[in-house]
Amino acid sequence: MIELRNVIKSFGDKTVLKGVNARFDKGKTNLIIGASGSGKTVLQKCMVGLLKIDSGEILFSGTDFVTMSGEDRKLLRQQIGMLFQGSALFDSMTVEQNVMFPLDMFTKWTRGEKLERVNFVLERVDLKGVNAKRPDEISGGMKKRVGIARAIVLKPKYLFCDEPNSGLDPRTSMLIDKLIHEITKENDITTIINTHDMNSVMEIGENILYLDQGKEEWKGTNKEIIFSKHEKLNDFIFASEFLKDAKDMRALEERGIIDNDRNMDEILKEGSIDAGEGKE
Amino acid sequence: MKLFSSFGQYLLMLRGAARKPENGKMYWKELMHQSVEIGFGSLGIVVIISVFMGAVSAVQTAYQLVSPLIPRETIALVVRDTVILEFAPTLICIVLAGVVGSKIAGELGNMRVSEQIDALEIMGINTKSYLIAPKILGALLTIPLLVIISMVLGIYGGRLASALGELVAGDAFDRGLQNGFTIKNVYIGLAKAYSFAFIISSISSFFGYYVRGGALEIGRASTAAVITSCIVILMVDYLIAYIFL
Ligand SMILES: Nc1ncnc2c1ncn2[C@@H]1O[C@H](COP(=O)(O)OP(=O)(O)OP(=O)(O)O)[C@@H](O)[C@H]1O
Ligand SMILES: [Mg+2]
Repeated sequence: MIELRNVIKSFGDKTVLKGVNARFDKGKTNLIIGASGSGKTVLQKCMVGLLKIDSGEILFSGTDFVTMSGEDRKLLRQQIGMLFQGSALFDSMTVEQNVMFPLDMFTKWTRGEKLERVNFVLERVDLKGVNAKRPDEISGGMKKRVGIARAIVLKPKYLFCDEPNSGLDPRTSMLIDKLIHEITKENDITTIINTHDMNSVMEIGENILYLDQGKEEWKGTNKEIIFSKHEKLNDFIFASEFLKDAKDMRALEERGIIDNDRNMDEILKEGSIDAGEGKE
Repeated sequence: MKLFSSFGQYLLMLRGAARKPENGKMYWKELMHQSVEIGFGSLGIVVIISVFMGAVSAVQTAYQLVSPLIPRETIALVVRDTVILEFAPTLICIVLAGVVGSKIAGELGNMRVSEQIDALEIMGINTKSYLIAPKILGALLTIPLLVIISMVLGIYGGRLASALGELVAGDAFDRGLQNGFTIKNVYIGLAKAYSFAFIISSISSFFGYYVRGGALEIGRASTAAVITSCIVILMVDYLIAYIFL
């Protein structure tokens, strides 16, 4: 579990994070959503220590990341895996060397043991027979998979993903989301995902933090989003009129006001739909 | 002002690079890799430049030696000293600043921009000691060797040009070479080589490591690395000449 308490971060005189409070649960896919520029990437980078926060606390299972000793932080980092927006594979190395790198660095295993683990995780992310390929020889979706494999090879307790499905087609996005979700469950990882992909929100949004201009605006689950009356959130999630209508429909359906099996024209004629739910 | 803060950042980078590495074996592997990249990668150009610069210095010395009172063997001696003291260390290192410097800055810049450095950092690796120190050490290992090769080949090129152009015969040239030779000059040449190796590798690393932005900035950083290295090399060259000669 990771907890944020009043995290503030600014660049020069521009305050990007204005006191963020949040809780990310173990064994769940925790989502950070928000418009472009709302500070999602900055927040993740602060959490993994790539950026220094101005004030606040970042608690990993209760201990503050900011004030812990250098040695402890190093150990903690070995329990953190991260999938970067651009995959960030080492392009001088093959896929196999990329995934093996953390093992080379931090274990004293034999080459056989390392290879076994590498092949296991590569298989887990559905990549076989690409061990000898270089990053520039594989597709964007495959790169993400290699990135995931590299991030989980040391069996991390915490997994950070910055827009894992940016630049991927909807189907591949879904597969990557599912993969991350399954891996989270299998290994009881605290997973934190930055996204503005609404499919992901609905599919794997077990615990969602909505960030707006560096401040947490809303927290909840994917189910709750559907019924939320939070105006900003609704405008963000259901950006198009079509989706807004679809949301209203779904809300009405859940409450038994409308019945999906009935003919839509009939319902509209009855006029019972004019309940004004959700759209405020 | 900016120059001072950059210099401070540069010193901090060097301090970070001097830290103890996480895993000696991986570090060693990277050092070997860099030594091969820098050393072997530049051998060809060093060979070509050295032979020609020796040849040119022989021809030019002959051209300037108009007095019949001065023996022709003197050409050998002049070639020897200019090659050892100046041409081999300085000229070669200026060229290497271009070849090696842009490679180092480009490599690190690309790793920075594509977040590979962040990825290493997150794993808990000190990227300054893992990425920069092997480059500096690799340069310190190989560049002085290249300079020694260049000294030998430069003198050989001078001898070749003298024979070809019938300026001095081979045996007279060899006699001239032994005339008034002091090992001190070789030491000064090597002192330059070590200084320049450090300058090239550390300055280029600095520009590459702290790139911000995208592909355009990588190009700019490479150019800035080469230009800065060259200027610093020439300043230090003057300083060493002033102190030791
Ligand atoms: N290193 C930096 N220096 C100065 N400002 C920065 C830096 N990094 C980010 N910012 C600013 O912080 C704000 C938030 O950026 P961030 O990258 O976190 O947005 P984001 O929510 O991840 O957006 P996106 O969805 O487009 O990835 C932006 O206004 C950006 O300009
Ligand atoms: Mg982002």
